[in-house]
Amino acid sequence: MKILTTVKRVTDPDMKVKIKPDQSGVVTDGVEYKMNSFDEYGVEEAIKLKEAHGGEIVVVSVGPSSATKEIRTAMAMGADRGILVETDAELDSDAVARVLAEVVRRESPDIIVMGKQAVDSDRNQTGQILASYLDYPQATFAYSLEVADGWATVGREVDGGTATKRVKLPAIITADLRLNEPRYASLPGIMKAKRKPLETLSPSDLGVDIANKVNVLLFEAPEEREAGEIVEDIDTLIDRLKNKAKVL
Amino acid sequence: MANVLVVAEHLDGKLRKVTLPTITFAQQTAALTGGEVHVLVLGNGTDAVAAEVAKYGVSKVHFANSPVFENYLAETYAPAIVKAAQAIGATVVAAPSSTTGKDVLPRVAAKLDAGMVSDAIAVFDDGGIKFRRPLWAGNVLTTVEVVTPVKVITVRTTDFEAPAEGDAAAVEAFDAGLAAPDNAEFVSFDQVKSERPELTDAAVVVAGGRGLKSGENFQMIMNLADTLGGAVGASRAAVDSGYAPNDWQIGQTGKVVAPDLYFAVAISGAIQHLAGMKGSKTIVAINKDADAPIFQVADFGLVGDAFEIVPALTEKLKGIV
Repeated sequence: MKILTTVKRVTDPDMKVKIKPDQSGVVTDGVEYKMNSFDEYGVEEAIKLKEAHGGEIVVVSVGPSSATKEIRTAMAMGADRGILVETDAELDSDAVARVLAEVVRRESPDIIVMGKQAVDSDRNQTGQILASYLDYPQATFAYSLEVADGWATVGREVDGGTATKRVKLPAIITADLRLNEPRYASLPGIMKAKRKPLETLSPSDLGVDIANKVNVLLFEAPEEREAGEIVEDIDTLIDRLKNKAKVL
Repeated sequence: MANVLVVAEHLDGKLRKVTLPTITFAQQTAALTGGEVHVLVLGNGTDAVAAEVAKYGVSKVHFANSPVFENYLAETYAPAIVKAAQAIGATVVAAPSSTTGKDVLPRVAAKLDAGMVSDAIAVFDDGGIKFRRPLWAGNVLTTVEVVTPVKVITVRTTDFEAPAEGDAAAVEAFDAGLAAPDNAEFVSFDQVKSERPELTDAAVVVAGGRGLKSGENFQMIMNLADTLGGAVGASRAAVDSGYAPNDWQIGQTGKVVAPDLYFAVAISGAIQHLAGMKGSKTIVAINKDADAPIFQVADFGLVGDAFEIVPALTEKLKGIV
């Protein structure tokens, strides 16, 4: 089976984000980047699918040339080849989905597994928009996935519980927590990844106009919380919760 | 007319609470666009839900009863929402930023050739309609504009109040004319039947961290939560250590919560965790390390051994709440 998975290069979520003085974006100098954590679940699940069903894993990123690093990481984990659709533009989810739709049309994978959202832009849209453009069914927020007889059975994390949905392949699956435990790239894996094929395309090679439908005009820091009071003992804490915060 | 369409949510024949703040958002938006607020209720046997939602200051409620909508599927809900939006001339389509809203609205946006904003926390006119939304799990707020004529928005419902009740609006049947899809099937919905409220919905959350040292020790976190009628959460470190299940995780890669009262017990306060809870109204930190970063965001801090403090606090609260 042919599996397509996607990776986004994002700022390390364990680092504090700083906003540029002119509020046009966030400071990128000296910032560390890594693969979007939800995409790690997607890549791992793609590898598990290949282990169970055989086939090929194509890993795709839409982003700057530096995103080859995340593609190589996915290859070191087990993906077979990579495609970078290179652009330095900040794309909205719709533009990314339009680019990915063209890649899917070229590659015709049986299944697409991707992170449910990126931890930088936090939009949680790309998989669903991609499914809509391709007229594919979708199963978002997956915590379990089984493929048999041309259908995927997906356990989904939803408000108030869990849901199970079956989708006919080709379909889009977006990964949530609990789906798996992403493996680390092994040293032999990293060495092998260097020799795996990585194709670089531009959005125009794919015939995609990447104009955004949503523009970000201004970045602001939310109001900082100030450190409060260190209380002496439990009775003082209860008194403060009752009489000062009025939450008891 | 530049109307606003709200997609209502319901469960077990009752309107879900998240619909109400979404109506408030829609009212604020309609005031800026000069249109009306319409509500769409999809399901099978939705008459009571339609009648209920009609009381909240909206212009019209459209309800569709069909076996096709008996169980939620993005593949049937999306085309129905698209059809309704076009029929009423909606320039804004809004839904709660719930798992259903997040699942279906991007599909709707693509079909309407609309730009989409996730998790809107404000709408305002500043030479055109603008929206505010958080990124990086709330560490950054942005102002965004949607350049397409139709705009699709999920609403972070904790940032809007419920609207006042008024006269009931007209309720009208809506026929989406859809057949069941051949490429997607609903199998089951397993509702968590917990005595505890849902994490993202709870007024009180008690969360434990790696400092609790074992899963068994989370029992005292549960006892405190149950005493306060709250939900139980955990830091990523506690989840990674296997002390707590994944769906308890609060943080950037877990759930984002904003309760009235948040207890961080034996949690140091890594950025990843703060991102998921710093919107809480009142934060209490209990940690034996006086230098733990969690104290920098806590309204009230108690330095000491959680194993002594939490059981004693729980006992004292039992006499109060």
